[in-house]
Amino acid sequence: MTSALTNLFDGVAYGMLLFVLACGLAVTLGLMNFVNLAHGAFAMAGGYVCAVLVNQAGWPFFLGLPLAFVASAAIGAVLERLLYRHLYARSHLDQVLFSVGLVFMSVAAVDYIMGSSRIFIKLPAALEGQIDFFGVGIGRYRLMIIVICGLLTAVLQLILARTRFGSRLRAAVDDPRAASGLGINVPQVFAFTFAFGCGLAGLGGALSAEILGLDPYFPLKFMIYFLIVVTVGGSSSMTGPFLASLLLGIADVAGKYYVPKMGPFVIYTLMIVILLWRPNGLFGRTAAR
Amino acid sequence: MFIRTKMLLPIATVAAVAGMVALTPARADEAVKIGLILPMTGGQASTGKQIDNAVKLYMQQHGDTVAGKKVEVILKDDAAVPDNTKRLAQELIVNDKVGFIAGFGVTPAALAAAPLATQAKIPEIVMAAGTSIITERSPYIVRTSFTLAQSSTIIGDWAVKNGIKKVATLTSDYAPGNDALNFFKQNFTAGGGEIVEEVKVPLANPDFAPFLQRMKDAKPDAMFVFVPAGQGGNFMKQYAERGLDKAGIRVIGPGDVMDDDLLNGMGDAALGTVTAHLYSAAHPSAMNKEFVAAYKKAFGNRPGFMAVSGYDGIHLIYEALKKTGGKTDGDALVGAMKGMKWESPRGPISIDPETRDIVQNIYIRKVEKVDGELYNVEFATFEAVKDSGKTKK
Amino acid sequence: MSAQAEVSRHAIRGARWRWSEAAFWLVVLACAFAFPSRYLIMADIARLALFALSLDLILGYAGIVSLGHAAFFGVGAYSAGLMALHGIITEPVAALIAAGLVAMALGFLTSFLVIRGADLTRLMVTLGIALLLEALAERFSDITGGTDGLQGIEMQPILKLFAFDIFGKVGLFYSLAVLFLLFLLARRIVHSPFGLSLRAIKNNPLRAAAIGIPVNRRLIAIYTLSAFYAGIAGALFTQTTALASLDVFSFERSADLMLVLVIGGAGYLYGGLIGAVVFRMLQEVFSTITPQYWQFWIGLVLVVIVLVGRPRMHRWALWAPNLIIKQIAGRKAVVAVPESDA
Repeated sequence: MTSALTNLFDGVAYGMLLFVLACGLAVTLGLMNFVNLAHGAFAMAGGYVCAVLVNQAGWPFFLGLPLAFVASAAIGAVLERLLYRHLYARSHLDQVLFSVGLVFMSVAAVDYIMGSSRIFIKLPAALEGQIDFFGVGIGRYRLMIIVICGLLTAVLQLILARTRFGSRLRAAVDDPRAASGLGINVPQVFAFTFAFGCGLAGLGGALSAEILGLDPYFPLKFMIYFLIVVTVGGSSSMTGPFLASLLLGIADVAGKYYVPKMGPFVIYTLMIVILLWRPNGLFGRTAAR
Repeated sequence: MFIRTKMLLPIATVAAVAGMVALTPARADEAVKIGLILPMTGGQASTGKQIDNAVKLYMQQHGDTVAGKKVEVILKDDAAVPDNTKRLAQELIVNDKVGFIAGFGVTPAALAAAPLATQAKIPEIVMAAGTSIITERSPYIVRTSFTLAQSSTIIGDWAVKNGIKKVATLTSDYAPGNDALNFFKQNFTAGGGEIVEEVKVPLANPDFAPFLQRMKDAKPDAMFVFVPAGQGGNFMKQYAERGLDKAGIRVIGPGDVMDDDLLNGMGDAALGTVTAHLYSAAHPSAMNKEFVAAYKKAFGNRPGFMAVSGYDGIHLIYEALKKTGGKTDGDALVGAMKGMKWESPRGPISIDPETRDIVQNIYIRKVEKVDGELYNVEFATFEAVKDSGKTKK
Repeated sequence: MSAQAEVSRHAIRGARWRWSEAAFWLVVLACAFAFPSRYLIMADIARLALFALSLDLILGYAGIVSLGHAAFFGVGAYSAGLMALHGIITEPVAALIAAGLVAMALGFLTSFLVIRGADLTRLMVTLGIALLLEALAERFSDITGGTDGLQGIEMQPILKLFAFDIFGKVGLFYSLAVLFLLFLLARRIVHSPFGLSLRAIKNNPLRAAAIGIPVNRRLIAIYTLSAFYAGIAGALFTQTTALASLDVFSFERSADLMLVLVIGGAGYLYGGLIGAVVFRMLQEVFSTITPQYWQFWIGLVLVVIVLVGRPRMHRWALWAPNLIIKQIAGRKAVVAVPESDA
């Protein structure tokens, strides 16, 4: 029983992590209709920035995390202004080609600069080990992930639903032309959103180094997972990817624990079944955009 | 729109021809060429890089002429995909007229090249892949790395003798992992030990947490772990996170999990881990100290066991060429390699004349802190261990 | 003139052979004879081209995106490997066809899953199927050899006449022959009324349904056919390399294939062929120059291709030849690339 609860906890933490990593992709794909397969590259950038700051410059971990966000967001903003914005109107296949190209470049560049070995971020002692909570083992690091990611999700939801920026974004997405007619600076809104999504990925990358490992092939290895989250969740709201991440995380952990030999089947089968049942994702709009 | 299907065919074909011409290599000259096929990209890239570094280091130290001939290394990236390996090996043999093919990061890659070595009568020097069967696939294969049987049987014996009764195993689900598991099990249960839980994890595995939880619930005295070089760090991190160290479950295994190039990043949780392996950067010999210092100076990090395997591999090639007087006749070279003995940074090693596999000391090591850094400190030695995967037959 | 006659006139004109096509195949054949030291990479390109042709049939002509086409490639590869290994069908050509049929059967079964849903859903369902198969192949390692792949495949001579050699000569000509035959078949199909109806579906499925085209049935048919092609490509792979390992199912294989087709241009049959040539040559050149960091340069090329835009690149590429053609044959004869609307 207790191990079942520990598994649930691990699954939730894993899912939360996936959500932070993938929600930027949900935004670019669902809201801006751009297939950005290079999303994982931004996550990797954040992870490496944090690793360099903490391991080599000796910064505290909790200062490294926000900087991972800032760095990835900055890279995202620059690339958006320079490259991405020219491609919003292009076909999906062009976008795939372009973003895969970026992934290849980032992989080789990081390999060149940082080496191909896996690296880790030095954690403060407070985050290591487990707490025993009525017999249920709770990993401190995973607990921190749940707290951070939970807060972020709440804030995101608030921003989208309650703030002026949120309503501008939704308007710009629903009908960019009408929105710009209303005086909304659509390109600016998109650029900001894109950078924010990249920043989140960067933060996720820094957080995930401990659990998933950080090496130059991160963007390629986890691209599939991000895509699963976004398609299964549906990309029209934040709720969908969030629940899909949790589902994926829990199913993955439970699958590996209870049927270790069938681990990978659980996820892929689940994904196919869900997509057949609801082709637009669990919370997708009924009509494809 | 569908009537205009004229296209840039002529241009594409001209470009193709130009490309082919550009890529057609020049005729072979007098130099001895070594085709070094390694995974330089993809998940196994760190293996490839270590070996490539070590080969470069050796050639820096020993010059690039041996027995009056210039030695030229042609590095190719196979990304650990066997069909790439095969194609590259074939091209190196046919076009570049190499005298040796070497490298091979993973077992399938080494196996894919084996028939070519046989057909072309060219020595194939395996510098990484560690499955027992490899050397049986061609009479031209010589291995300078290790086999998993060597370290797994030793740690199995050691565990029984040192009061470990119940063991849970966690191994990667591929040939080397299965080799490690089977050989460990064989020796451990023969000595009266008990396997209480057996988990095979998929090779490409992002998160060890659920598997580790299973280990924890099985409450063994120790867990036997084999994961390929590179994944050890993740494993140890999560081992500590889950508090398995505090629950009194020790980690034992072949030394791949404690690879020197990652060890220092694993944190104090790794302290006290006992593994059996062929090489530790802390091996107390003058030769090794010099090797480690030179490697660190040239590449900025610690050499791991893959680097040593590469270093010994190129040494073997040099020595064989010296013996044949620079002749690149495959049979003569393999003949020269058989039974060769030398002092390597890892300790004394030799090539078994019967199996062409490596015979080396296996050390039992414990992770300790030396000058503020984590090292595998050797405390027991099993001398001249052969590959028991073959001696059994 | 009736609309129907108009359509068939266009179809017939589209199906006519052109000098440039004949030249293409002649150059291909010439290459095969001219570079005896490059048989292996050329055979590799031929296989990739066939595989790309298979994706083109569904992506370029029917508008079905797939990120899991390696599923069929892999099934073909393992079928051919297992047949050779266990001596079920030892003659390569027969085994090739049999392996293609196995992949085709799988294609037919999965087509019902794939035709549902929009682009992204299809992308992920196809990917999911390929990954599932990869996991299956890993799980049932007693049949497939698991991560080590099938070992010890020995191929019998083709038609009991031509034995595979170490230089890959027979493998190359075998691959080219298969590619050419299947290309002819594909060419025949896309210019048939069936092929035209597919394009109608691709352009607007609702309209196509409204004019009486049985949309789903056509999509199932072409998907099944494409699976057959991919299976043949996979079987060819196993037969010419005597290898089959888990990476035949890998995501990278499907993703590379997508790149190949997009580089070459989807929606015309030579797109996949040209893409295969360009992609492999780039890879070969870059990885010869820098075995470790070649991916960077490939990536850069991809990014530049997209930023510059394919139509503009085609115009640049065709500028010089067209200048010459204009001088000789007049303005009307200039060569143009169809704008792919994929």
